[in-house]
Amino acid sequence: MAEPMKIRANMQGDVADIKVLFNHVMETGQRKDAKTGQLIPALFIQDVNATINGTTVMTANWGTGISKNPLVGFKVKGAKAGDKVSISWVDNTGDKRTDEATIS
Amino acid sequence: MKKLMLGLAAASLLLGSGLALATPEQDRQDLIDYYTKKYPNVPIENYVYGALAFDADSMGQYNSIMEFPPFIGDIDKGRKMWETPLKSGKTYADCLPSGGKNIAGNYPYFDDKKGKVVTLQDAINDCRVANGEEAYKVNDMKTMGLLTSYMRTLSDGMLMNIKVEGPAATAAYEDGKKRFFSRAGQLNFACATCHVQNAGVRLRSELISPAVGHAVHWPVFRGGDTLVTLQQRYDGCYKQVRAVPPPQGGAALNNLEYFHSYLSNGLPMKASVFRK
Amino acid sequence: MNPLRRNVLKGATGASAVAVAVAAGLLKPTQVLADWNKAAFEAKNVGDAMKGMGVASPADSKDITIKAPDIAENGAVVPVEITSSIPGTTSIAILAEKNATPLLADFKFSNGTQGYISTRIKMGATALVRAIVTAGGKTYTAAKEVKVTIGGCGG
Repeated sequence: MAEPMKIRANMQGDVADIKVLFNHVMETGQRKDAKTGQLIPALFIQDVNATINGTTVMTANWGTGISKNPLVGFKVKGAKAGDKVSISWVDNTGDKRTDEATIS
Repeated sequence: MKKLMLGLAAASLLLGSGLALATPEQDRQDLIDYYTKKYPNVPIENYVYGALAFDADSMGQYNSIMEFPPFIGDIDKGRKMWETPLKSGKTYADCLPSGGKNIAGNYPYFDDKKGKVVTLQDAINDCRVANGEEAYKVNDMKTMGLLTSYMRTLSDGMLMNIKVEGPAATAAYEDGKKRFFSRAGQLNFACATCHVQNAGVRLRSELISPAVGHAVHWPVFRGGDTLVTLQQRYDGCYKQVRAVPPPQGGAALNNLEYFHSYLSNGLPMKASVFRK
Repeated sequence: MNPLRRNVLKGATGASAVAVAVAAGLLKPTQVLADWNKAAFEAKNVGDAMKGMGVASPADSKDITIKAPDIAENGAVVPVEITSSIPGTTSIAILAEKNATPLLADFKFSNGTQGYISTRIKMGATALVRAIVTAGGKTYTAAKEVKVTIGGCGG
């Protein structure tokens, strides 16, 4: 079940400072269930895509080593207040989510 | 340290009833004097950060994580619980003083009518029962834990303001104080052994936090992930000294929380914070 | 199963299958299933991870700053900030050298995004946190040690 991200996007001079808090369990596949002793299957975001006004500004591939409820911060020069940031992710089961915010 | 413990304990034991015990205010001030003498460079306001106040590397990680904490989603779940009307149609805000805002620093308080210490969890449960719901188990992090992870943030910034007035309240306070200074468990440690005698010092790899500043910052999300309330932490501490913990929400731990919270009077509350 | 997946797996090679999926209207042309570099992400040591990434002998660079704690409060959530002041930085990859699978993430920047990334990583043990930066078609690297302890006071 893809939960919403929280996006903070603010201009600092001529650079957009963008921080995204993803809501995802980022299960490594190496943890054992305390009750059953079985390995909990890996469940983690693999692909991330960021666009501003439809133009790709950042893409990423992740492994299981990014923390649960991931945070990513990045900076885009030349973006402007009012521009639309869109962040998408796809995880290893094909589950996905896109959220948007306006740069303030 | 021994002198301090003897001083506080002796005041209670040697002076009989009818004579003045060391007052809670004297206890609090004695501890502040003890800590600030030992660590003159750590301002007392920073004690709300516990062990972090003594280590810049740790404090830096706290600040970084608190900028955009991973547990915001859990606090949101708590907010939904808070805003959902109870069976009667009323909300928690209708039920609690001041709509639940800026009240956490008044708890625990001693209820003379009930003859016992009342915690914020008790008040929430009284609200639930009065409005057609079952009480939450206070040690259930999924219900009481999550609800208070949001609810207590409504008191962020409020100064801890515990009152101990009258003989019955004083007896409960003294019971909590005695527990705090009494050794327990296979390891034979009192709360004070770590959090007074060894505050600011490392035991194994852990930097120990002082008791002043403890009670204002609960619940915490350990590792950014695992919700722990104050009494859940008491439970953990008892287990760590290999003692059988008294039940959460019972008189023993409520009295301990009463005494323990008093020590943080005057310090600002902040709920749902990161700890290791 | 995800219908996109079924179509890709049916194809003889990834490329042709993706073409089929695009033609079938299941994939919009801009939304191609990204290549998740399995070889690199599942590599069990830094050498194999770099091989998987196609990186050989990145040059040590003082123009890469790694801001990370000296001692992690909790190995599950270690804040890391990497800044590359090398002109033309197009990607930053992050590794934790002693993790079971050291490659943690690979970020690619375009259209004004600066050589900077802030995130939180999991570390299993005291190790070097390493950044591999691609700039102007060349690769550079820097590392910082982060200690990870098992505390006595969990609970």
